[in-house]
Amino acid sequence: MTALLRVVEPGLFTTVQDLGRPWAVTSGVPPGGAMDRFAHRAANLIVGNAETEATLECTLTGPHVATEHSCLVAITGGDLDPRVNGHAAPMWTGIFLSRGDRLMFGARRSGGRAYIAVAGGIRADRWLGSLSTSLLAGRGGMHGRNLKAGDVIEVAREATRPAVSGHELASHLRIDYADHSLFAIPGPHVKRLDPDARQLLFGATFKVSREADRMGYRLDGPRLATEADELLSFGVTAGVVQVPHGGQPILLMADHQTAGGYPVVATVVSASMPVAAQLVPGDELQFAEVTLEHARQMRAGQAAALNTLRDGAR
Amino acid sequence: MPPPRSKRPSPRVRIFPLGDTALLAELGTKLDTALNSRAISLATALKKRRDVRQAVAGYAGVTVYFDPEQTTHDALGAAIKRLAAKRPPMAEPGRLHRIPVVYDGPDLEEVAARLKLTPQRIADLHSKPIYRAFLVGFVPGWAYLGPLPEELELPRRHVPRTQVPAGSVAIAGRQTGIYPLPTPGGWHLIGRSSVKLFFPDRDPPILFRAGDRVKFFAASR
Repeated sequence: MTALLRVVEPGLFTTVQDLGRPWAVTSGVPPGGAMDRFAHRAANLIVGNAETEATLECTLTGPHVATEHSCLVAITGGDLDPRVNGHAAPMWTGIFLSRGDRLMFGARRSGGRAYIAVAGGIRADRWLGSLSTSLLAGRGGMHGRNLKAGDVIEVAREATRPAVSGHELASHLRIDYADHSLFAIPGPHVKRLDPDARQLLFGATFKVSREADRMGYRLDGPRLATEADELLSFGVTAGVVQVPHGGQPILLMADHQTAGGYPVVATVVSASMPVAAQLVPGDELQFAEVTLEHARQMRAGQAAALNTLRDGAR
Repeated sequence: MPPPRSKRPSPRVRIFPLGDTALLAELGTKLDTALNSRAISLATALKKRRDVRQAVAGYAGVTVYFDPEQTTHDALGAAIKRLAAKRPPMAEPGRLHRIPVVYDGPDLEEVAARLKLTPQRIADLHSKPIYRAFLVGFVPGWAYLGPLPEELELPRRHVPRTQVPAGSVAIAGRQTGIYPLPTPGGWHLIGRSSVKLFFPDRDPPILFRAGDRVKFFAASR
């Protein structure tokens, strides 16, 4: 397969991700996959890929890659200041890289995670049905690890149709990452919060602590007092807000442990998870209570935005 | 006309949303083998549905991950209540695993002192029952096994360890388990086993499945 990009500097933490392996949770394997599914899908659709192709998820500081073979790429998600040969590169649009071009990133401007898709998809190890990197198992993606200098990104399949640059997700259709309201549905154990704590959950401002990674974010802010007795463990999902002893809530993200026994007081809806994925330590956020119907409308709105990128709509 | 319904009271299922793409169907709140059997058979039935992406049996309930484009929380909840009201199929006895344990864990002496038992007695009590794998999850290959004999019941450690070695055999509450990978952990380590629980290159990649039975036996070091 054709080598497209050679990694000169890997960036802080860059991994290969797709939509994860949700079916593997019955084995205790985290579902994984892109933290910001909207940005991941958009990047793929912009370059004409299926949304299931693998992309590079770049965290806080993006990589520096040299182009080995001309290719069409798209960069979406958080603004980590992408540059081609030193010049600012547009995001959410298809751009051609020619042999010898350097794609690199400057200083983070907003958000925390950028996604790079290449036309034809990224060739990667498949593990339990997904190309996502599982550091825990050392499987999937780039040999089960984050990128390092010298890695070569190869195309998954040679293009069967012309790649078109300049294909863009209109700015009004993108997600407003600056609005840190996370819409959430009250969880199974919300009644374990006393009325004051419930008001705090859906009213107070929380802050992403330094303990924040792909598994989940510990949130600083008011402590949420819950009834003390332990629950029998059960399966959990990304978006779950659980409250362990001590009352410091934890928001579960893509690589979450599959089961937990702490009270689940709320679950962030799928349409708000891209915003959650772009939060970095120190960012403030609020939880806003919504209904399942509202969650459905938000999801439909995002799906419609992505649909404008599909072939038929071009 | 629909056939007459049986008079048997249908067990109460409580359905809670876990966001807009998952739900928790709670059959009860007790650590109970019969409840767990029902949860496992309910999960098995749900996995066959096209609108269900995955169903994970917990101790006394099922977490269902569904495709929100194919069903709604209400429609799936109603289907789950119908399924749960059916007489559960005869529970198949899970596979039986015999697992060697060297009872020399770093917490064995302390556990023995706190329970006022000898280390030998701890080993005897721990290796006596046939445990049930109530729930597979937490980390790859981990299974919550139980119920542990009452004489061995202890709350978790106040300060969890940041790193528990793989293969550690541990107890907490009425549960026991084996750490498949080096992970943080708050359980009391009473022994170790050489049996591998996580096989990344097999599918499924795990030894214990929900509903399996596990019998420990003391092995010499």
